[in-house]
Amino acid sequence: MARIIVVTSGKGGVGKTTTSAAIAMGLAKRGHKTAVIDFDVGLRNLDLIMGCERRVVYDFVNVINGEASLNQALIRDKNCNQLYILPASQTRDKDALTLEGVGRVLEELSRDFQFIVCDSPAGIEKGAYLALYYADDAFVVTNPEVSSVRDSDRMLGILASKSRRAERNEEPVKEYLLLTRYDPGRVKSGEMLGLDDVQDILSLQLLGIIPESKSVLSASNAGIPVILDEKSEAGQAYEDVVARYLGEDRPLRFIDDKRGFFRKLFGGRS
Amino acid sequence: MSKNPQKMTTSSSVLEFKSSTFFSPILILYSNDLAAIEQSLQDKINRAPDFFKNSPLIIDLRELNKSGLDVSVIEVAGMLRKIGMFPIGVRGGNEQQDKQAHKLSIPVDAGRENDSTSATSAASSRKETETQVLERDSAENNQFRNPASSVGRMESVSAPPEPVKSMLITQPVRSGQRIYARGDLIVMSQVSAGAEIMAEGNIHVYNTLRGRALAGVQGNTAARIFCLDLQAELISISGDYKTSEHLTEQIQKRPVQVYLQDHALIIKEIA
Repeated sequence: MARIIVVTSGKGGVGKTTTSAAIAMGLAKRGHKTAVIDFDVGLRNLDLIMGCERRVVYDFVNVINGEASLNQALIRDKNCNQLYILPASQTRDKDALTLEGVGRVLEELSRDFQFIVCDSPAGIEKGAYLALYYADDAFVVTNPEVSSVRDSDRMLGILASKSRRAERNEEPVKEYLLLTRYDPGRVKSGEMLGLDDVQDILSLQLLGIIPESKSVLSASNAGIPVILDEKSEAGQAYEDVVARYLGEDRPLRFIDDKRGFFRKLFGGRS
Repeated sequence: MSKNPQKMTTSSSVLEFKSSTFFSPILILYSNDLAAIEQSLQDKINRAPDFFKNSPLIIDLRELNKSGLDVSVIEVAGMLRKIGMFPIGVRGGNEQQDKQAHKLSIPVDAGRENDSTSATSAASSRKETETQVLERDSAENNQFRNPASSVGRMESVSAPPEPVKSMLITQPVRSGQRIYARGDLIVMSQVSAGAEIMAEGNIHVYNTLRGRALAGVQGNTAARIFCLDLQAELISISGDYKTSEHLTEQIQKRPVQVYLQDHALIIKEIA
């Protein structure tokens, strides 16, 4: 049986798709057969971040509607043969997804995948609800600012009350916090919420802090999940996240403002 | 490629069972004089036509049977339907009456002895003057004893009152969640901003309270709110409230209790 992970946040633009791509790649690189599904029907993005946009033939909605088989729609990643992408449909909207249809696809994937990463759309409407409904684990992606934290809190409430595990009174969805776009310098100067401020409100198990990094944008533009950029802090931070999720103990990195004197002087950022 | 479209709709998407409680007027009969009952009801309907139009109704025969008066459920139901009401249940009937109800596919409530709570739906009609056709019984409310009452009285009841238990919440109450407790509410975890907790009794929060907390929501002015760290958006007891604007910072991070004194909310540190 596969473990179903939902990457969710409530708020948009916080890094859900970047995170989905990175952790799916991280899990697959470690030899776990992983599928990553784009639930953002109508605003398809994951294929761009994964660099497979030119290979999309069939999509998630086709599979749900029985117009294509799962094997026809799954795209094997070009960097890692353990990773498969199920893209969203760009021409449809969220109503094309049904609870039962999503359930069938996830069940079929569960048979030969070890991890299924569901990249949730923003918001708390149908798409986000369907992405989290079947989840076993939730990666709650949060930026260190108040509206993102509030939205994450709302999402946690939905996970605790509307997921299948909640409905069936099973063990609740395991919730993890992923703090992204973290800028230690701005935290220090009080412009940004710190880890403690966020945890004061969310009190979740912290899976990792991803520092604000230029490499994220360039990785997105290149269509290569940032975790493959081993030189970047963001890539290393995602590597830590995957390791921690799989049970390894890794110290937190990139939470101190350790930019050198010259870099501070010239405003450079790694 | 869809080979079997029917297969797509499985039972799970077609229907769903949910349990819920709702209010319905109860028609308590004190007379078996159908003409008089009809006349009396018609008077009420004329006064509040919208309220009674297509109204579901539960027929209560307990008082009638206590007085040894018999009536046919078939006739009563027929009369009610004629004047535009829908009998949806019978209670307090004898064996014969229950059988008649079954024949009409009207459910029979085997119910307990006394489950009437305060009346709301027919509040207006209670005061109306009508011919007194019948004997009344030991109605628990003085208003019902008013001789101006009638052949039948109507009241609204909820489900039978169960002993009110306190509710215990151990998980965090997240933004957007609402919790309602019929009695006391005890929350062991934090209550986030944007969450709403309500109780007819007291509220205890053994953590930080950032959301809204409303105690004594049904009018219990003696209800109190207790919490370890008051950063609430709003606190209210029996309708009197304060918003965070009016909460001083001095009481934050300290255990406090909130109670009502002459319609003023008092926030006191628990020493």
